[in-house]
Amino acid sequence: MYTLPNKVKLFAIIFMVVGAIGMVTGFMSAPSSTEEVKEMMASHGDGHGGDHGGDHGEAKATHGGDHEEGTHMSEEEHLEHVLHQLQNRPWSALYIASFFFFMIALGTLAFYAIQHAAQAGWSPVLFRVMEGITAYLPIASIIILVLLVLSVMHVNHIFHWMEPELVNPESDKFDKLIAGKQGWLNTTGFLARAVIYLIGFNLYRYFSRKWTLKQDSAEPGDTRWFKRNFKLSAGFLVFFIYVESMMSWDWIMSFDPHWFSTLFGWYVFAGMMVSAITVIAMVTIFLKSQGHLEFVNDSHIHDLAKFMFGFSIFWTYLWFSQFMLIWYANIPEEVTYFVTRIEDYKLPFFGMLAMNFIFPVLLLMNSDYKRVNWFVILTGIVILAGHYIDVFNMVMPATVGASWYIGLPELGALCFFFGLFVWVVFSALTKAPLLAKGSPFMKESKHFHY
Amino acid sequence: MASKVIHAIYNDDDILLNAVKAVRSEHYHIEEIYTPFPVHGLEKAMGLADTRIAITSFMYGLVGLGVAILMMNYIMIEDWPQDIGGKPSFSYIENMPAFVPIMFEMTVFFAAHLMVITFYMRSKLWPFKKAENPDVRTTDDHFLMAIDAGSKDVDEVSRFLSETGAIEISLIEKEDDH
Repeated sequence: MYTLPNKVKLFAIIFMVVGAIGMVTGFMSAPSSTEEVKEMMASHGDGHGGDHGGDHGEAKATHGGDHEEGTHMSEEEHLEHVLHQLQNRPWSALYIASFFFFMIALGTLAFYAIQHAAQAGWSPVLFRVMEGITAYLPIASIIILVLLVLSVMHVNHIFHWMEPELVNPESDKFDKLIAGKQGWLNTTGFLARAVIYLIGFNLYRYFSRKWTLKQDSAEPGDTRWFKRNFKLSAGFLVFFIYVESMMSWDWIMSFDPHWFSTLFGWYVFAGMMVSAITVIAMVTIFLKSQGHLEFVNDSHIHDLAKFMFGFSIFWTYLWFSQFMLIWYANIPEEVTYFVTRIEDYKLPFFGMLAMNFIFPVLLLMNSDYKRVNWFVILTGIVILAGHYIDVFNMVMPATVGASWYIGLPELGALCFFFGLFVWVVFSALTKAPLLAKGSPFMKESKHFHY
Repeated sequence: MASKVIHAIYNDDDILLNAVKAVRSEHYHIEEIYTPFPVHGLEKAMGLADTRIAITSFMYGLVGLGVAILMMNYIMIEDWPQDIGGKPSFSYIENMPAFVPIMFEMTVFFAAHLMVITFYMRSKLWPFKKAENPDVRTTDDHFLMAIDAGSKDVDEVSRFLSETGAIEISLIEKEDDH
């Protein structure tokens, strides 16, 4: 049995406390009136403030979604707009970080289900690591549900389409496009769907965990629980692939309610898988370095690194498929998505491509490097940072526009959820032996050799 | 000058693999092994150096990428610029996303084809080449290990080989024609 080392506990607590302080400071320092915005812009220094305003006006012209096209904004309107963006910022930062770690747990769950459904022979030694990571799922689900409920209750305004004025034909803010999407984008349906997704994910997580534990204590030759898990996993994967798409429309794509992309679900899925596999590899290597998981050999790490490499390329493939078609077709309502990102988010937008594609491809291409643990960890850190920025790029342009910055609220939220994640995952690892010894493929997995 | 080679035939890949290890530990020289299918771990047991074909593949890929860039730059930008979908082709970098699929395909094309050609050249294979197969059964279900008998005592080597599980051992005297 694995016991939670005090160092890990302390590490997690420090991150949570520092993160919480960062987040609270972020919420406190968000301006509450346009005067404060003016002051903030002035105190940022002339160069920066001026730059900001200039960029912003341009971005607005392409943005189009938030206001009626063609209206020229007055100074006061502009300040008002920036005020809303700055008020959205700590909420968005919180949402992004919580979604990012939710995504890791969910991706691991999907990967775990694939291993069961495929009856993979190499991976059963890693089952407990994966179950440890998915233990974060219930907590992440509650947090994300709370955040969605808060948005629906208008505590924050990160989901622009929830504004009732937009779908009221009498109002001068009436938005025909959003009104046309009301059949899907309405708050009741939104919450109901969220509950269905989350219950589905958590039910699978609950039963598959329970059944692998039961399989451990089953008589030799009794593979009843293994077979049940196989059926459940296959069923879950069907559920997951539909629901994951809808989830990404609801929880991410709807930030830009005018925009749509048919492969968005896949794109989010690819990012989810690569982050999840990276975390599995990192946790495995960490536990191994502490003298646990003696049955995990180089070849298992090698396979995980191959998946990291492969899914990084898969992610890039989807990113590019989405980008190129929209760029080439150049239809205004579609292309605004990338115009705002390239104009206002140049560094994170292109930086993330280097981090998520060029870096892993070059580092993990050589077969031997995939077995060098510190190489995998190093690449893993860059991949995770890159995919955080990817989520950042998907959410921030719609909620805070040009007023973005990776500062206290963002890093605070990231640290907080990182600490929470580490705490939950490593506590869950102590709850069962690190070897799922009941799996009928355990012998094959232990002897796995590439 | 004629050289003496002992051919030992096995009928199981696991036995073969253990035999290879035993033969190597006795410091006999294995000239070649013929198998009906790739035996996992055989090249390691024989102590063969790792293949360098992956490195050539990477370099061929870079060549392909380079060729694609030069080709598209010549065709679409220099020689016959066109205005496609409101995107005039006056600069390579601004039109780059449209060329990425070609860059990708050419990278794969060059890496794959040149790698196959390299493999054929290194293994001395070409069309109409006569098979250098000492025993046709190695194309079905038998494994053949050719051991250089050289100055060794043939009887002793044969006895040793039959202990490793060889089902058939024969001494071949062949003319040194290469």
